[in-house]
Amino acid sequence: MTVVRVRRSAVIDAPVATVWALLRDFNAHDRWHPAVATSRMEGSRPVDQVGGVRAFRLKDGAFLRERLIGLDDRARRLTYCILDAPLRLDGYVATLTATPVTDGDRTFVEWESRFDPPAAEAGRLLRLVADEIYEAGLAALQRRFAGAGGGARPATAATRPTAAIGAATAALRPLTAAEPQHPAFETVRTEAAPPVAPVTQTAVAVPNSAATGLRDAGAARPWDDGEPSPQWEARPGREEDGMDVFTVVRRAEIEATAVSGGRSTDDGPRTLAVARSAEPLPEQGRGEGQGQGRAALPSSGRPVAGAIEAAAIVVSRHGGPEVLVPATVSVPPPGPGEVRLRQTAIGINYIDVYCRTGYFDLLTPPAVPGMEAAGVVVDVGPGVTHFAPGDRVAYACPPVGAYAAARTMDAALVLKLPAAIDDETAAAVLLKGLTAEFLLHRVHAVRAGEVVVVHAAAGGVGLMLCQWASALGAAVIGTVSTDEKAALARRAGCDLVVVHGREPFSEAVLRATGGRGADVIYDAIGRDSFTASVAALAVRGHLVSFGQASGPVGAHDIGAFASKSATISRPNYGHYTSDPEELRAMAARLFAAIAAGTVQPMIGARLPLAAAAEAHARLEARATVGSTVLTV
Amino acid sequence: MAKVFVSTVIGAPVGQVWPVVRDFNGLPAWTPFAAESRIEMGAPADQIGCVRNFSLKDGARLRERLLALSDYDFSMTYSILESPMGVEDYVATLALKPVTDGDRTYIEWSAEFRAPAGNDQDLITFIGQNVFHAALQALKQRFGG
Repeated sequence: MTVVRVRRSAVIDAPVATVWALLRDFNAHDRWHPAVATSRMEGSRPVDQVGGVRAFRLKDGAFLRERLIGLDDRARRLTYCILDAPLRLDGYVATLTATPVTDGDRTFVEWESRFDPPAAEAGRLLRLVADEIYEAGLAALQRRFAGAGGGARPATAATRPTAAIGAATAALRPLTAAEPQHPAFETVRTEAAPPVAPVTQTAVAVPNSAATGLRDAGAARPWDDGEPSPQWEARPGREEDGMDVFTVVRRAEIEATAVSGGRSTDDGPRTLAVARSAEPLPEQGRGEGQGQGRAALPSSGRPVAGAIEAAAIVVSRHGGPEVLVPATVSVPPPGPGEVRLRQTAIGINYIDVYCRTGYFDLLTPPAVPGMEAAGVVVDVGPGVTHFAPGDRVAYACPPVGAYAAARTMDAALVLKLPAAIDDETAAAVLLKGLTAEFLLHRVHAVRAGEVVVVHAAAGGVGLMLCQWASALGAAVIGTVSTDEKAALARRAGCDLVVVHGREPFSEAVLRATGGRGADVIYDAIGRDSFTASVAALAVRGHLVSFGQASGPVGAHDIGAFASKSATISRPNYGHYTSDPEELRAMAARLFAAIAAGTVQPMIGARLPLAAAAEAHARLEARATVGSTVLTV
Repeated sequence: MAKVFVSTVIGAPVGQVWPVVRDFNGLPAWTPFAAESRIEMGAPADQIGCVRNFSLKDGARLRERLLALSDYDFSMTYSILESPMGVEDYVATLALKPVTDGDRTYIEWSAEFRAPAGNDQDLITFIGQNVFHAALQALKQRFGG
């Protein structure tokens, strides 16, 4: 027996993460290797599952099967063997390794193998593998990544769109870098998103409350007064919980201002907001405190007839996680239009941290925080006909008060749970899932073939956006901050993942789409990404800014958006979830997507209710992946 | 960086030992300390990047990510995402090699991590003895010593 060893290597002018992202995909060789025509994973197994088999056809018609027998994301090494081939490549085992070249941010790629051919064929097979497979493949990689390295050279026109992205954009003309600006219409397109008025808003000082009434008074502008936002700014690039769709949050402050007759201010929009909020507030503000849940602390000294006692977590004063202390609260019987719930699972959201610190004025200590939970109806108040004791329910909305074993709240805010959705799943997914629902179906109706960019793709909402958009047939490009998150995003359905800091994401998007750009960009990063997001938009693209993890977006000139006829939306969770009928339709679509496996809730941690402080500490330390659920 | 290294020889061929150890979701089946385990997001246990979420018999819960798995080298590398031990940058590798003399299996389990609380030695002892050594001894007994 003759043992043959083949080894070929090359330097690729691209960062190792970029090269490895392509190479580690065991089924991607039909996208980069010139000899491979088509390839699929047998049994639709994940491309990174060790043991998976790729079945592929070469352009000369030959059919092969190869098994992935080792994959190492740390060493960036992939090992595979041949199962079936028309040639006598007996015992063939090959390893492909990507190593960083720190001088110039390039990548050294080695491809080596051994096999045991019949002696008479050894020379021919060695040359075939070395030349037509390895050298041809490495040369294709070099061409593909030409100019993508750490050097300052811009991407060249020679780079091709990836197949996955290209498929969605093949019919579209390439855009040259120096796209002339023809502002044919000096307008910003707004989408008609029923049932509320358009939420399109640029960050110029236009009060978005004007069209939608007093419930948005002050909405979307807790940042506009130029106050520093230390929590955000201390953590530029935080991703998981950048969503701040709850922008009704400073209503309490506005109410207080309104009661005192408004304040003299040079802030025009703010003055308008104050004036509008002087009208009577709708039902959400009733009950004790400033819109807080109806659960009286024992210290209030006002026992309520028929009240039950429940374990809870109370924000004793504004501060760090340690201000979250266990307490027993008195939960009053439901009044007209209300239900009383026994809660079993409580969802933790980053907005809870803002309530605790006092950054958002949704809660005046001592009070119970939390906006998302699932449980069972204990009893219903007068006039409530669509719930009965024993119904399984969940909610995701203000007022605060979810961190408790029981609470009483407005029945209109509560959703019935289908049998297929368990309590923990509901508590983990409802707020983020409803957000994904209205972002993908109502703010912008994503269609098959569209190119969708999801910033912070490994975050809670980000993962769901990727999963769902991918299932809708869109080509999904995710941005993340680390390789670990890139792997997560890829599993969630991203066709391409861009790691921040490796290359400007707008260039990556333009390159992947043949210069066209994205149809819709979901951006909860805010300040750090806004300008690049606009640059990555296609003509008539839609930028949906739904959070600002890196800081406020700042002021922008609407006129500049005419260069792309861009639509900019700034949706507000409250405006998309305030109509009970629409909310039920949204929840039904979400629950169906979960039941179908399209949206896969990810519960990263379960902790007992009493450990709420620890849960907050982990969330703030970014030590969580997926949702954190408190169990009762 | 603190380092832990534990190894032993098991009286069974690699072909028998590896399938047991290779199951990233299988700790409860062969270690004395794991109570139950699942793979997050319903991923296959041999998908690189998958996360095993398992509890110990003392109630503690850990989350670990599979970083590398090779049926060619009989090795597995993983990192800790969450644990009660207070370690950082924890990466461990479990590797098997055939002992051709007697068709047995050499198995080594190593880890590198940082101990921010400065209790390196305590953690090295704990992980080396209570985790790695205890598990390898259990594996050894499973295959008849």
